[in-house]
Amino acid sequence: MTLSMTEETRLQPTSEAELADAVAADPGPLRIKGGGTRAIGRAAAGNTLDTSGISGVTLYDPGALTLVVKAGTPLAEVETLLAENRQRLAFEPMDHRPLLRTEGSPTIGGMVATNASGPRRIQAGACRDCLLGVRFVDGTGRVIKNGGRVMKNVTGYDLVKLLAGSHGTLGILTELSLKVLPAPQASATLIFEGRGIRDAVALLSQALTSPYEITGAAYDPQRQKAFLRIEGFAGSVTYRAGKLMELFGSFAPVLEEDPERIGAIWRGIRDVEALHDDDGDIWRISCKPGDAPAIADRIDDATLLMDWGGGLIWARLPTGTDARQALQGLGGHATLIRTADPANTTLPVFHPEPAPVARISAGLRSRFDPRGILNPGLMA
Amino acid sequence: MPAPDPAILARKAQIVDRLRHVLPPDAVISDETETRAYECDALTAYRCPPLAAVLPASTAEVSAVLRVCHEEGVPVVPRGSGTSLAGGALPTADSVILGVARMAEVLETDYQNRFIRVQTGRTNLSVTGAVEEEDFFYAPDPSSQLACAIAGNIAMNSGGAHCLKYGVTTNNLLGVTMVTMDGTVVELGGAHLDAPGYDLLGIICGSEGQLGIVTEATLRILRKPEGARPVLMAYDSLEVAGQVVSDIIKAGLLPVAIEFMDRPCIRACEAFAKAGYPDCEALLIVEVEGSEGEIAEQLDLILNIARSHEPVELREAQDADEAGRIWLGRKSAFGAMGQLNDYMCLDGTIPVSALPEVLGRIAEMSREFGLEVANVFHAGDGNMHPLILFNANEAGQLELCEAFGAEILKLCVEVGGCLTGEHGVGIEKRDLMTHQYAPADLDAQMAVKDVFDPQWLLNPAKVFPLAASQQRRTPLAAAE
Ligand SMILES: Cc1cc2nc3c(=O)[nH]c(=O)nc-3n(C[C@H](O)[C@H](O)[C@H](O)COP(=O)(O)OP(=O)(O)OC[C@H]3O[C@@H](n4cnc5c(N)ncnc54)[C@H](O)[C@@H]3O)c2cc1C
Repeated sequence: MTLSMTEETRLQPTSEAELADAVAADPGPLRIKGGGTRAIGRAAAGNTLDTSGISGVTLYDPGALTLVVKAGTPLAEVETLLAENRQRLAFEPMDHRPLLRTEGSPTIGGMVATNASGPRRIQAGACRDCLLGVRFVDGTGRVIKNGGRVMKNVTGYDLVKLLAGSHGTLGILTELSLKVLPAPQASATLIFEGRGIRDAVALLSQALTSPYEITGAAYDPQRQKAFLRIEGFAGSVTYRAGKLMELFGSFAPVLEEDPERIGAIWRGIRDVEALHDDDGDIWRISCKPGDAPAIADRIDDATLLMDWGGGLIWARLPTGTDARQALQGLGGHATLIRTADPANTTLPVFHPEPAPVARISAGLRSRFDPRGILNPGLMA
Repeated sequence: MPAPDPAILARKAQIVDRLRHVLPPDAVISDETETRAYECDALTAYRCPPLAAVLPASTAEVSAVLRVCHEEGVPVVPRGSGTSLAGGALPTADSVILGVARMAEVLETDYQNRFIRVQTGRTNLSVTGAVEEEDFFYAPDPSSQLACAIAGNIAMNSGGAHCLKYGVTTNNLLGVTMVTMDGTVVELGGAHLDAPGYDLLGIICGSEGQLGIVTEATLRILRKPEGARPVLMAYDSLEVAGQVVSDIIKAGLLPVAIEFMDRPCIRACEAFAKAGYPDCEALLIVEVEGSEGEIAEQLDLILNIARSHEPVELREAQDADEAGRIWLGRKSAFGAMGQLNDYMCLDGTIPVSALPEVLGRIAEMSREFGLEVANVFHAGDGNMHPLILFNANEAGQLELCEAFGAEILKLCVEVGGCLTGEHGVGIEKRDLMTHQYAPADLDAQMAVKDVFDPQWLLNPAKVFPLAASQQRRTPLAAAE
C-alpha cells in the first residue's frame, strides 16, 4: 500500500485484503475513489481511498459471455479486451468526463457504483442488469461476496443490484462479474429532422413499440433531430432499416449507415454532448417516456437532451433552479448531476425519498456501514 | 422446520377473531379441513397446515392483516399460486398464510410507454393474455406460467426458456407496491427505468417473500417478434453438444432459447409425448426470432456451426406444426418424468464451459447413489435441471435422493456456479447455503432482512440455514 501525503492522506491498497485491513483500521471518514471521473453527489469529507491499485482481469470466458474483473481496472482496458473478441458491455456506459469536467481514467468499479448506462439501456438493460456478481468490503472492513459469475442466480438476496448505483456508500467494490454480449455485425441510424418535442417522442414511442428491436431512441430539441438505432446481423439490419423507413416514410428520415458516423452520433448522445458547453446545473431526469413533453414544457430556460425514448431527460438549468418542480404529479425522479455552485446549493443531489423508503435506505446504510465512514452524506 | 410457538397456537381463536375484524368473513380460513389446502407448495414432500389462511382483496386489506399479525407476533407466509419447487410457501403450524390469489386485476395497460400494472395474484400467462391482442407480451415465461402468479415470480425472480434473450423477472420489473411486516405501504419504482437512490426494487425481487408482501407490480411489456423458429440438433456426445452451444454464442448469435436434453430425458419424453426425437446422447433445441429473412440469416449461421460438429441429425421446422413437435417433447419433460417415477428437480447453474465435466460427474454419482438422473436444461445460460428419479413409497429413497441432490448442487458451486438459478432457496436449499456463502456473506443478506422486518416474522424459516438465522428469529430464546 502506498501512502502519499500531498494535500490529504491517500490510501491506495493493492489488494482486497489490504483494502479490508485499511478500512477496518481507519476511523474514517473515507472518500472512495475509482478513476475520480464520476464525481456525482456532495464530495464526502475525509481521506481518499483510491481503488485503482486493485486492478486486472480475473477471468474472461467469451463462450459463456462472462467477465470477472477487479474494481480498479480501467474501463478502457476492458473495452479493448472485449472488442478484440467482438464482444462488448451492452449497457453502453457513458463517459462522464466531459459533462462533469473531470479528468482521469474511469474504472469498472466507478461504472458499477454509479450504475452508468447509456442509450442501449432500453434494449439491453442497465449496468445493474448485466452485473452478475460483486465482491466488496463493507464499512467495518468485512469482505462480502454476492451473486457469482453465472447468468442465472437466485441463491439468496440480490445484493448485486443493491451495490450497483450505491455510490460507494454501502461498500467498496473490489471485484465485479459482468455479462458481456456479442458486438453486432452491423448497425444503422435513422435521423429525423425538424421535429418538435411532441412529434419526436410520439415517433420514438411508435418505433419502440414496433417489433424492430430499437437499441437507441433519442431526441435533441436544440437541433430538432430525433435518432433511432438498430443493430444486428447485416441482413437483419438492412431489413429492419427498410421497414422503419417505410413506417416513417412521411417524415422523410435520413438513413445513416456509416459505422464511424453512427458511432459518433451515439457517443454524443451517451455522453450528453449537447450540454457540455456553458455553465449551469445539470439534471438527470428519469420519467415515464410519454411524460417527457409535459416535463419539458414545465422547465423554462433549459437546454435539454432526451434519451430512452423520452424516459431519460438531461437538462441544463440556471444554477439553483429546482428541476423537481417539473415532476409534480407525474412520478419519476431527478438527480442533480453537476452544479455550478456546489458550496451554496441547498438542492439535494439525489431525489428525496418518501419517509418509508428513506427509513429503509438509512437502515441499510447503518447495517453495511455502522460507523458511517463510507462516503458519508453523499447519498443521504 | 422450527417447532411452532405454543403460545401462538394457544391464542389461535383470538388471532383468527382479530383477522375476521379486518377482512370479510369468507377471506379468513381457519377450519382445519380447509387450511389443508395451504399445507404445501409444489415441493410436496413437506406439508404442514397453517394456523389460518387469509385471502385479502386489496393492498389496504393486506396492510390491515399484517398490522394484526405484527401486533400478535405471528409469522406470516406469503403465497401466490403455490407452485414453488423450493418450499418457499410452506407454512408452519403457528403461521398465517397470506394468499394474494384474490388480487388478480389488471390496473393499467400502457402500450405507448410499454408497461402493464397488475395486482400480483394474476398468473404469469394471463399478463401476456391481457396484452396479446395488441401483439405485446410479458417476457419471463416459467414452464409453470399457466398457474404461477406474478407474486411468486417476483419473490423467486423466476426465469423461463426465453430468458437468454429477454432476461429474468428482475430485468422486466419496473415497480412494485409492497407492504412491510408492520403494515407500511411502500412504493418502489414505477413506469420509469431506474432507481432514484438505492436499487431497492432489485433487492425485493428474489427475496422469497421475506422483506414484504408485494401487492402490485409494474411490468415491462414488449412487442412480439414477427416470428420464431426452432431447430433440433442431435449429437452422440455431451461434450460435442456443449461445444456447439459455446460456438454458437462465440459466433455472436443470441438465440432466444437453447435447450439441452440428455439421453435419459430424451427417452422418457419420447415414450411420453412421441415427438419423434432421435435416440442420441444429447439433443439441442435452438430457437431464433425475427422476420422470415432474419430467421433464415441466423439459422444459416447456426446450422453451419451445427454441421461442423457432425450431428446425428438436424431438423429444421418447416411449418408451425413441425415447430410444435420440436418443442413438444421438451415441454412435456416434467410430465414425462412424473409418469415414470417420483422426481426431484434441481436447478443449479454452472458456467457453460463446465457442462461436459458436470454431466460426466452427475452420471458417476448416479451410479454411486443407485438413482437415475435425467438432464434437461437452459444451456445458453448454464441453468441445469437435473431430475433425480426415486420412489417415494420406498423407505429411505427420499432421503437418498435429497443427499444425491445436495451433492449435485455442491458440484455446481465447486465449478463456479450456484445452488439455484431460478427456483429459489426456500427450505430445500437453505442448509446448503454455507457451501456457496461464507458466514459474513450470509450475515450481510440477513442484515437486509433486519432492516425490512426487524422481528423476522415474514417467512422467517426460509433461505438461510436455520442455525444461522436462529438468533434473529428467536431473539428471546437466544437471550435466555
Ligand atoms: C411444473 C413446474 C415448472 C416450473 N418451471 C419453472 C421455470 O421454468 N422457471 C422458474 O423460474 N420456476 C419454475 N417453477 C417454479 C415456480 O413456478 C416459480 O417459483 C413461481 O414463480 C412460483 O410462483 P407462485 O405464484 O406459485 O408462488 P408460490 O409458490 O405461492 O410462492 C413462491 C414464493 O413467493 C413468496 N410469495 C408469494 N406471494 C408473495 C407476495 N405477494 N409477496 C411476497 N412474496 C410472495 C412465497 O412466500 C414463496 O416464498 C416451476 C414449478 C413447477 C411446479
